[in-house]
Amino acid sequence: MHTFGYRANALLTFAITALAFICAIASFSDKFSNQNPSAEIQILNINRFKKQSHGNDEVSLTLDISADLQSLFTWNTKQVFVFVAAEYETPKNFLNQVSLWDAIIPAKEDAKFRIQVSNKYRFIDQGQNLRGKEFNLTLHWHVMPKTGKMFADKIVMPGYSLPDAYR
Amino acid sequence: MDWQGQKLVEQLMQILLVISGVVALVVGYTTESFRTMMLIYAGGVVLTTLVTVPNWPFYNLHPLKWLDPSEAEKHPKPQVVPAASKKKVSKK
Repeated sequence: MHTFGYRANALLTFAITALAFICAIASFSDKFSNQNPSAEIQILNINRFKKQSHGNDEVSLTLDISADLQSLFTWNTKQVFVFVAAEYETPKNFLNQVSLWDAIIPAKEDAKFRIQVSNKYRFIDQGQNLRGKEFNLTLHWHVMPKTGKMFADKIVMPGYSLPDAYR
Repeated sequence: MDWQGQKLVEQLMQILLVISGVVALVVGYTTESFRTMMLIYAGGVVLTTLVTVPNWPFYNLHPLKWLDPSEAEKHPKPQVVPAASKKKVSKK
């Protein structure tokens, strides 16, 4: 500690190490928050259900999505990424997941919402398996912290099905 | 900066940074504001810099007593005599 540069260096390294500790503790404090998110999705309408020219099935839906994700937000949350996926089984694949809609929720106030929207991304099958298909709609979310590990979870809502014939 | 001052600087630096970290964490957690925590910690780092990095007078209260030059002349440095190496025959 005999010169200015020596002291400045020592202070800087210790300050940054302490900052790393503070961020680790802040991230750990997320474990103590109670989280109880809820969601509900209704299919309002099936707008189109056809076979594309190259042979794959395509569906266009209008969804009514309502969710309350406010309890996911802590002081260490930057944003929550949420998306809705349709999940179903085909003879070829055990699990098919097609993302239909997503959004970024930047703050707690925006986390309780209800929207009616048609699917943002196209629901296209690999094949022609969708007639009469039963599928789950799953709401996934990724909580992105300000510091620390991102964690993800979901709510599975089963029981939706597509009509037996093309429209 | 003398030795006592350096020891004081090291202790002060560590204590001040740890305290500002703890205070920042507690205040940030209770006010649910990450930004507050960062601002308090940054303020603590600036404060610590101002206290420990410049060479303040209270770090120089125990200056080293160097030997007076006139005293040094009375005790000249010892001369190094080149040692004559003796070869010892170990086996007889």
